[in-house]
Amino acid sequence: MKRGIINFLLAFFSFVFQCTVCKAIALGGVGPDLPLILTVSIGFMRGRKEGMLIGLLCGLFRDILYGNGLLGLYALIFVYIGYFAGIFNKLFFAKDLKFPVFLIGLSDLSYGFILYVLTFLLRRRLDFTYYLLHIILPETVYTSILGIAVYGLLMKLEKKLENDRDKAIKIQESEES
Amino acid sequence: MSKIQFRKKKISIPSKYLLLIISGLLIGLMLLTFFTDIIAKPLRSIASFTVVPFEQGLDSIGRAYVAKRDELINIRNVMEENESLKSQLDQLRLENNQLVEDKYELSELRQLYELDERLADYDKIGARVIGKDPGNWFSTFLINKGNSDGIEINMNVISGSGLVGIVTQTGENWATVRSIIDDDSNVSGMVLSTSDTLMVSGDLQLMEDGEIRFSQLFDDQNIAAEGDEIVTSNISDKFLPGLTIGYISKCETDSNNLTKSGTIMPAVDFRHLNLVLVIKDLK
Repeated sequence: MKRGIINFLLAFFSFVFQCTVCKAIALGGVGPDLPLILTVSIGFMRGRKEGMLIGLLCGLFRDILYGNGLLGLYALIFVYIGYFAGIFNKLFFAKDLKFPVFLIGLSDLSYGFILYVLTFLLRRRLDFTYYLLHIILPETVYTSILGIAVYGLLMKLEKKLENDRDKAIKIQESEES
Repeated sequence: MSKIQFRKKKISIPSKYLLLIISGLLIGLMLLTFFTDIIAKPLRSIASFTVVPFEQGLDSIGRAYVAKRDELINIRNVMEENESLKSQLDQLRLENNQLVEDKYELSELRQLYELDERLADYDKIGARVIGKDPGNWFSTFLINKGNSDGIEINMNVISGSGLVGIVTQTGENWATVRSIIDDDSNVSGMVLSTSDTLMVSGDLQLMEDGEIRFSQLFDDQNIAAEGDEIVTSNISDKFLPGLTIGYISKCETDSNNLTKSGTIMPAVDFRHLNLVLVIKDLK
């Protein structure tokens, strides 16, 4: 329950920050994608289900306020991103930073590619190399760099939550005995 | 013990199936919103009391921060004065624009083109930009006025110097505006001096240079040149006529030798867009 509320708040604030702060720090019109970092990080740390759930939240926020007429498109993409990150939950190791950041980069790359195909290629915008070099790759790099910091923060939060839970279980056990 | 295990078994659905279920639901949702507006409306009203207040708050925090930073350089009074003068200037610029356009027309074009310039008569409402599209692909933004202020879908949005875009979605206290530099935006325009119609469309590839594309300009007398003013045409079904879009910055004849295309420098500075005016008259 507590975790559910925290997940909801994380998704919510990542979206609010994305529309305001991340747009303010954009370089050359390209900014990082905070909800994507969150989705991948949570999916990687907590597994497929929570990844999907948080992806669903992040995507739905985006759909409702900024969707291109199709409610659910971003949500669908984000759910798959969360699921994809959750697959690698087996490889989760608290001190390792390289792999999650790589995962964030990879997810952003495929996210950019999927968005290009669905929203641009289908409208006959064929110059893929331009979009790759000017939007997708810069976004991937920017998101990965921000991902290092954000993943670190989320990791701290995760550790704290785990500690709290362990404590609660211990208290419960001692009460029972 | 066995009870707990039993309960656990009951709850867990394999995530594979969960993914399938969610996907199915979302695709259903997409189809539904494509054909009707049943689900989208309540969701949008939820947004108006959840996300939007926070974006407004963050926006005001951001503005407060900027103000504090500037304070170190300037004196506050000067800034406030500057702010009010700026808004005045915007207003005056708009009025001046209208006056110049009116004069231009009155003297030469009115009878010829029957372009009834009524920009000053339009009922306008000011709004602040409080959020921008979260992705890097589209140029839509959020303003802090919505249904309750009388804003409806397809209302034109202008800034002091020209056309900004069109309202595409509305909520209780917010509205999304698709700017004319958005890759998905198409505006029917015309050259002010010759009244030749053309199609103005946003292009992500030109966004970096701050330009937009135009095409299908039928100009057999070869009059259109760089620097010509482009306004919204009177045959557009969503845009009010006579709003300045921008000025031709490059003009080339197409390979079909009939039409021309090129680029336009928009009259509005889209990077520093904070305040916009929404025209409450619908075409």
